[in-house]
Amino acid sequence: MIAVTDLSVTFHNGRRPIRAVRGVSFDVAAGETFGIVGESGSGKSTVLKAIAGLVPSTSSVLAINGRPVAQRRSRADRRMLQFVFQDPYASLHPRQTVDDILREPLEIHRVEGIDEKVAKAIADVGLQPMHRFRYPHQLSGGQRQRVAIARALILNPPILLLDEPTSALDVSVQAEILNLFGRLRQRYSLTSILVSHDLAVVAHLCNRIAIMQLGRLVEIVTADDLRSGAVTADYTRRLIEASRGFTRASA
Amino acid sequence: MSEAPLLIVEDLSVAFPGRTGVTHAVRGASFSLGRERLGIVGESGSGKTTMGRALLGLVPRPGAVTARTMSFEGRDLTRCSERDWEGLRGRRMSMVMQDPKFSLNPVRTVGWQISETCRLHLRTGRRDAERRALDMLQAVQIRDPELVYHLYPHQLSGGMGQRVMIAMMLIAEPDLLIADEPTSALDVTVQNEVLRILDDLVRDRGMSLIFISHNLTVVGSFCDRVLIMYGGRIVEECDARQLHDARHPYTRALVAATPSLDEPRAELATMARDPEWLK
Repeated sequence: MIAVTDLSVTFHNGRRPIRAVRGVSFDVAAGETFGIVGESGSGKSTVLKAIAGLVPSTSSVLAINGRPVAQRRSRADRRMLQFVFQDPYASLHPRQTVDDILREPLEIHRVEGIDEKVAKAIADVGLQPMHRFRYPHQLSGGQRQRVAIARALILNPPILLLDEPTSALDVSVQAEILNLFGRLRQRYSLTSILVSHDLAVVAHLCNRIAIMQLGRLVEIVTADDLRSGAVTADYTRRLIEASRGFTRASA
Repeated sequence: MSEAPLLIVEDLSVAFPGRTGVTHAVRGASFSLGRERLGIVGESGSGKTTMGRALLGLVPRPGAVTARTMSFEGRDLTRCSERDWEGLRGRRMSMVMQDPKFSLNPVRTVGWQISETCRLHLRTGRRDAERRALDMLQAVQIRDPELVYHLYPHQLSGGMGQRVMIAMMLIAEPDLLIADEPTSALDVTVQNEVLRILDDLVRDRGMSLIFISHNLTVVGSFCDRVLIMYGGRIVEECDARQLHDARHPYTRALVAATPSLDEPRAELATMARDPEWLK
């Protein structure tokens, strides 16, 4: 469904080029939820943005649904995939109601039956009809992230890209959002890529997980490998140990 | 703990009057602290940070702090004047804030800020303060203290910034350190380094530590004892290693909602909040 070969992203900031992603390759099968884990600055979010066409990138292959995509995406390309961002406070327009927010993608893509689609999307993510005409500041963090997911799914995209979708939320709310996503990906047979710094969150939802460090892909492991510790790279082992909590002995 | 506790708190409440009525951020919290690492866990809005601030007399106006008892080494904190607080804060008790970006002075070098603490609280000379600041930077495992001493906060990484904050708070050798989410903004591998530094300092100097965090895994593995807060109340107190056998339904729900690497589950448990918990 998604094929990425030798993807690189370089930012030019002043005189010094910053190579955020260096030669990353992976494939995501249809219906799979692929995980990317890494620490800050590892380039994990940049990979996601490059796939969405939000940052300029170079690669020998970047194919979505078997078709190579150009740097400048066509409307049809953009309809294939949608994005859910980390911070629901920043990714929703403060002066638009939930209705406005959900209506916009449908209007851009000239879809029929807007009213019913908006109502259905609101119900899909577990919100009530009364939330439809509220502004983002009248919603809790979890409800806002539900709106962001509804907006991403309203065009029925086959692919969903999630960038740290729960790291701004409390654990009890995180559990609700992760469960919601688990149900929706099954109902709509979504192919998705989930980026997170939290190993436990990624292992909860994904079978195959890429570990990134300093712009490079260290290795691709399965969730079971992560649990049993059957990994090859030292860095992955350090990450696993660190996310199990504090230990006295120095690493 | 055979010795008398360092800090005794009974029935501590913090209330903020607002346009639509009074918000009770902390409601009747009681606990005592010895020479130990005490964790305070809760979700946003549970009052954990406000409680930490109340212990240091840092609740901003018009917030009102009331308590039957709040004493630090036998000293009654409820009767402290602003002057008394100034004598305590920094020297005897201090607080490490969550985000070094907002807590360090952006226009002063790191070294100047650390040695200022030394000059103010220990009344040492400039030379001596500089030497102590360099030693302290070494103690929090900064690789090149001479270099970092002359850097400005924006030139530091997150992990370095947090270490600088810890150095600044510890240089006056307080008896009580309150660390408010000191590692939440850090990567997991850096997080453990910072925790190890805190742990060493607690052991070597016999300091008491209050560790405020929303992260159950970190608190459970790092602290000795844990208080769980919900809606401004301490709903449960338990041994940190026994978090998974907690009795209160809120604590159990929190543990069940946290994804775990070791115990995979098809669905995470979600929480049904019971109004009874607030009573």
